[in-house]
Amino acid sequence: MRKIFRRPRSLKSAPFRYCPGCGHGLLQRLIAECIDSMKLRGKTIGIAPVGCAVFAYNYFDFDMLEAAHGRPPAVATALKRTMPDKIIFSYQGDGDLAAIGTAEIIHAANRGENFSVFFVNNATYGMTGGQMAPTTLPGQRTTTTPEGRNISTSGYPLHVSELLSTIEGASFIQRVSIDSYENILIAKDAIKKAFRYQIEGKGFSFVEMLSPCPTAWRLSPKESLEWIRTDMVREYPPGIIKDKFMENN
Amino acid sequence: MAKVVAVTGNEACANALRQVNPDVCGVYPITPQTDMMQKYASYVSNGKVDTEIILVESEHSSMSACIGAAAAGGRVVTATSSQGLALMWEMLHIASGDRLPIIMPVVNRALSAPLNIHGDHSDAMGARDTGWVQLWSENAQDAYDNTIQAFRIGEHMDIRLPVMVCLDGFIISHSIERMEYLEDEEVKGFVGEYKNFLPLLDLDKPKSYGPLILPDLFHEYKKAQHEVMLKVKDVVLKVAADFEKLSGRKYGLFESYRLDDADIALVILNSAAGTTTDIVDGFRARGIKAGLLKPRLFRPFPYDEVAEALGKVKAVCVMDRSDSFGGYGPVFMEISSALYPLQERPVLINRIYGLGGRDYLPEHGEAVLNELDEIAKGGKVEKYKEYIGVRE
Ligand SMILES: Cc1ncc(C[n+]2csc(CCOP(=O)(O)OP(=O)(O)O)c2C)c(N)n1
Repeated sequence: MRKIFRRPRSLKSAPFRYCPGCGHGLLQRLIAECIDSMKLRGKTIGIAPVGCAVFAYNYFDFDMLEAAHGRPPAVATALKRTMPDKIIFSYQGDGDLAAIGTAEIIHAANRGENFSVFFVNNATYGMTGGQMAPTTLPGQRTTTTPEGRNISTSGYPLHVSELLSTIEGASFIQRVSIDSYENILIAKDAIKKAFRYQIEGKGFSFVEMLSPCPTAWRLSPKESLEWIRTDMVREYPPGIIKDKFMENN
Repeated sequence: MAKVVAVTGNEACANALRQVNPDVCGVYPITPQTDMMQKYASYVSNGKVDTEIILVESEHSSMSACIGAAAAGGRVVTATSSQGLALMWEMLHIASGDRLPIIMPVVNRALSAPLNIHGDHSDAMGARDTGWVQLWSENAQDAYDNTIQAFRIGEHMDIRLPVMVCLDGFIISHSIERMEYLEDEEVKGFVGEYKNFLPLLDLDKPKSYGPLILPDLFHEYKKAQHEVMLKVKDVVLKVAADFEKLSGRKYGLFESYRLDDADIALVILNSAAGTTTDIVDGFRARGIKAGLLKPRLFRPFPYDEVAEALGKVKAVCVMDRSDSFGGYGPVFMEISSALYPLQERPVLINRIYGLGGRDYLPEHGEAVLNELDEIAKGGKVEKYKEYIGVRE
């Protein structure tokens, strides 16, 4: 019998233990599928910090390096420069990349470092129990903003992709959502393109992924996807935000 | 009138902070502290306090914000654990060097790598030399009482230093215990109105906090910090005496348990001390004179008093829940320094236990006491420093 579907070689056989409806398992599977189809498994090293990303090395079946909260871009910079023939990516939440690690990501982009960043935007600090992140929407209830985010004291949602697109060193920036099958395919193409740019030495590639966190959002998995469509994409519209090389996919 | 409640250590500390109602609170989550600050955020939302909370982007910023608020003349709090405390390190020195009485519960957790979220004392021991006063707490009641007393100690006009209140991650922060709350008014009365000392901005007496001071005066500045630390002990005792009048609960520089006539003793911090009192009772029942010393004030360390308390014991084991790799455990080093000036001193050994949340079980303490019993009878010390409770 011909096998037409199997678990990606880049994933271990461990079942994902994320909360029901969480986007992390799906995104990690997409990355694994892309690594398989691009035949990169033998030379890829991933970096995951704390946050729910911390479990990634239970699932990815290639080498991983744990970085302190917010520090993956600095670690990735050095890994890539030390091993320029390897494929290096970081996988970071919005608390990690857009709060405690804002300096690192800006400077890695500014130096035009040739690695790929997968940025999981779930508008909250998931791992620690759903506190406000810089990406939290105005009025969104979190455990540290029980009445909803108040922009006058806690600021506005931080648009990291748009911010990074103003930086000369950044080559490719796309925002995707995983709320539908169609959008998942778009997300997969963006992941591949990010890896391809790295292989071609085109510099800093960055994919922001709008991802559901039903537990912190206090919504069902289905309602969470709906909330991405109705609320999140209004604040964070998907699309190619910067492409220095003006490629059509 | 005391109110009996069943709460976690985190909730107890959050409630102590609510009762004090400070001006500013820096909020940033980290396990196992998170729900303490979360609880505080809910007090703010529910209008129970009028604290300005700042949801910062990292602990580095949190402590920086606290420094700004304290220099402005506010009563300031935050809380953290582990990596968060480590990230604050630079600012911890600035807070104490600027003599800003910031109050911070530290829910003790292991430090990475490997990454671990469970309890040990590596975080606060790593901050031992930052110039903060450190109070350690066995249970939720201690953590609550210490938090309240910390304001009086740190804000005392002879002291003006930041204070950390340490409690064990998960074991205390997350378990529900029976304990007693004071009334809001009692706490408010006890800590009193915040008194300012040289706040910004004062055009009649312009000043700078923490400016560049080169070799001409830096050394003297640090000596002043050393000298203020010498005064802390008396203030801690005085505040404890006032607190006892209010609550009926007695606090000192450390707690001794069946130590007066002891031949052998353990020195152990925080939650493990509770388990150890039980073990000590078991040995006493068998006619072996065992005892326990539980430090409370770790910075500044009360060397003379500890020497007095342990001097007559024949053999002592200092149990450390963190390690100074390549050296002895941090508590051991203090006890050893305390005992050195004595003409005759106990045989002293060091055992490292419970790292990264490894359980401390009665048989661990028992095995150590059995070893001490042999040593006290003239037995040889096999190893001065060793890890216990290690998986084969
Ligand atoms: C220095 C430091 N501060 C705080 C923490 C606690 N912490 C762990 S995960 C996390 C937030 C993670 O949120 P995000 O990056 O959005 O990831 P998610 O869990 O939502 O996927 C925080 C604050 C830490 N590990 N280290």
